[in-house]
Amino acid sequence: MALVDRLGQTLDSGSGGGIILTSVDALANWSRGKSLWAMPMGTACCAMELIAASFNKFDFDRHGTFPRPDPRHTDVMVVAGTITRKMAPAVKRLYEQMADPKWVIAMGNCAISGGIFYYDTYSVVRGVDEFLPVDVYIAGCPPRPESLQDGVLRLREIIATGSISPDRVREAVLTLPSSGAVSFGKRPGEGEAR
Amino acid sequence: MSVEIESRECVVRGDGGVVEQLVVNVGPSHPSTHGVCRVIVHLDGEVVTKAEPVIGYLHRGIEKMAENRTYLQVVPLTDRLDYVGSMYANWAYCRALERLAGIRVPERAEYLRVIVCEMQRIASHMMSLGSAAADSGAATMFIYAFDQRERIIELFEELCGARLTYNYVRPGGVSFDVPEGWVETALAFCRTHRAALTEMDRLYFGNVIARDRLKGVGVLSAADAVAWGASGPVARGSGVNFDLRKHDPYSVYPRFDFDVPTGSNGDCYDRARVRLFECYESCRILEQAIAQMEPGPFRTEGLPRLLAPRPGDAYDHIESARGSLGVYLVADGTPRPYRMKVRSPAFCNLALLPMLAEGHMLSDLVVILGSLDPVFGEVDR
Amino acid sequence: MNIPELRDHLCAIHPDLCPLFSIEFGDGVLSVPCEKLYDAAADLRELGFDRLGMVTAVDHGTEFEMVYRLHSRSMSAAIFLKCGVSRDEPRVRSLVDLWPAALWQEREAYDMFGIEFEGHPDLRRILLPEGWEGFPLRKDYCDDRVVRRPDYI
Ligand code: SF4
Repeated sequence: MALVDRLGQTLDSGSGGGIILTSVDALANWSRGKSLWAMPMGTACCAMELIAASFNKFDFDRHGTFPRPDPRHTDVMVVAGTITRKMAPAVKRLYEQMADPKWVIAMGNCAISGGIFYYDTYSVVRGVDEFLPVDVYIAGCPPRPESLQDGVLRLREIIATGSISPDRVREAVLTLPSSGAVSFGKRPGEGEAR
Repeated sequence: MSVEIESRECVVRGDGGVVEQLVVNVGPSHPSTHGVCRVIVHLDGEVVTKAEPVIGYLHRGIEKMAENRTYLQVVPLTDRLDYVGSMYANWAYCRALERLAGIRVPERAEYLRVIVCEMQRIASHMMSLGSAAADSGAATMFIYAFDQRERIIELFEELCGARLTYNYVRPGGVSFDVPEGWVETALAFCRTHRAALTEMDRLYFGNVIARDRLKGVGVLSAADAVAWGASGPVARGSGVNFDLRKHDPYSVYPRFDFDVPTGSNGDCYDRARVRLFECYESCRILEQAIAQMEPGPFRTEGLPRLLAPRPGDAYDHIESARGSLGVYLVADGTPRPYRMKVRSPAFCNLALLPMLAEGHMLSDLVVILGSLDPVFGEVDR
Repeated sequence: MNIPELRDHLCAIHPDLCPLFSIEFGDGVLSVPCEKLYDAAADLRELGFDRLGMVTAVDHGTEFEMVYRLHSRSMSAAIFLKCGVSRDEPRVRSLVDLWPAALWQEREAYDMFGIEFEGHPDLRRILLPEGWEGFPLRKDYCDDRVVRRPDYI
């Protein structure tokens, strides 16, 4: 997507770029939104509903969404389940491995705010938005598979209004919550916030 | 993050030869680790020389949280332990509490508990069989199994409104009586389920590739199973005839006629097959329970909202889909538990992984892990 | 075998364990001093308690109480083995050489309570990441990141 992004830069600075930009935006958004492959970041109970959503009865494929457990192949990370302080570095690193443009869906109360594990616990990160930029929140404990599919459709709407222009590109907040967790075997030059 | 090489090192083999050993990290987010398990695998070529599970990626501190909730508020927390079979942890916790506080449970509630737990066993085994099969490449089996699971979840939804976190078994009974027509649907499910099981048996266990993948892999001896505290289908697959429903009968289980399937070789094949046969037995129990159930109250009326059992401790356990699931409660006379400990079967079963995986191929590791059927909500708590 | 039978059986074979036996909430409990824990466990294992079901600890403020649950398939009976360890120096002998099941469970007790198991081959944190400070299930565990639940009941 680097090419498209650079295109956005060029067009934005040039005179009359706005009109062309809008058409390019429309094309890019159309192509980006139609087939969102999901990276299932299922950690806990919500993962069961994530699986249910992609199998027989609910059949995610009909929306062009397909769970693919490989960060390099996917567009949207569905964080389904509780994120603990031990798990957070791994989630962040997987997010970093995904190719741009990328989106995040926080599925379930745990991923939104810690949910039932907000109080009294020492090991749960209160919401995945503490370290990832979340686009769509789906409430529920667990949300029904239909809600997840609705969430994906909402994400498409968001994508449809997006732009390749650089000043409208979201800034990823990539700071981890202070934690006793070890960093995840980081190698030099890798995993730094961009 | 899924699978990556951590290091290479040279080790001297027993016979004096030098091999290059590869240390590979699998997980914690790997599609076939059934959740968030990380395994650090030492490989000699493709053969596992040492596998070390790293757990705790889902450690949510439920035991600590319980210390600041009232006894009733803990019940929803227990749902989140074993999220493939939420009813079990509900029930185990309620049993421990009922023992501690001396609550009597009406008979109909006991039957309802048995009914939902046997259905939950089927649902849980379907998940386990399906995902273990998908790990070894048989994705079709997953779809068949998931179809069955989805039917049970629909029944549960009709019963208590939730698909996954039921909060159904409560201290002193259950939260709702069965709705009209539910029992008939459940019986009809039993009939179709038997046919589906037979079909799955032929589809998966009759398949020569699946048999080759499973037979002789990850052999666990009966003595080891006992010494390592394994329980449930993992122990029974090795021929250890140990099932709390039979050997420490609780609730109304002594009134039912059922068998405990056991394996003989203790390999992945036997463990998976035991699960399949348990589903038949669950159908049998289900039908008997529905036939024997009498109308009556389904919960104890007049329980105070703030239960404050007298100081002491109590342990009680049930046979969950993964083995003996126990809850140990310590009370200090206040309305909150002083300490809650969950004895999780999956935790004990997973401890076997290093022993079972040694000497097998890397691709067998996921099959072995699948056959142990860990649920990480329960392993890590 | 029910609990009174179990007590009689124990008393007949092991008179020295007999006075330590009590019945609480329908469970047989054997409370031993901590130095004798290993020997008592070994004796019980000889008696046929072949499964170690649970290892845990309870923080009673003044001391930790170790709780072991042993189960026997042949007698179909279970027994709790308890011993108190001092809070300042929580040390007990590991039961790993009797039951390998203790391997992970003792690691968990170490992780949550900081109890040192002597003779454990691999005593590390198991659930929490390496480098975590404190032992969360102790009653005096402090962590600024914990939000206490407001006290409405
Ligand atoms: S939101 Fe509820 S169902 Fe989902 S992971 Fe959290 S506790 Fe489990």
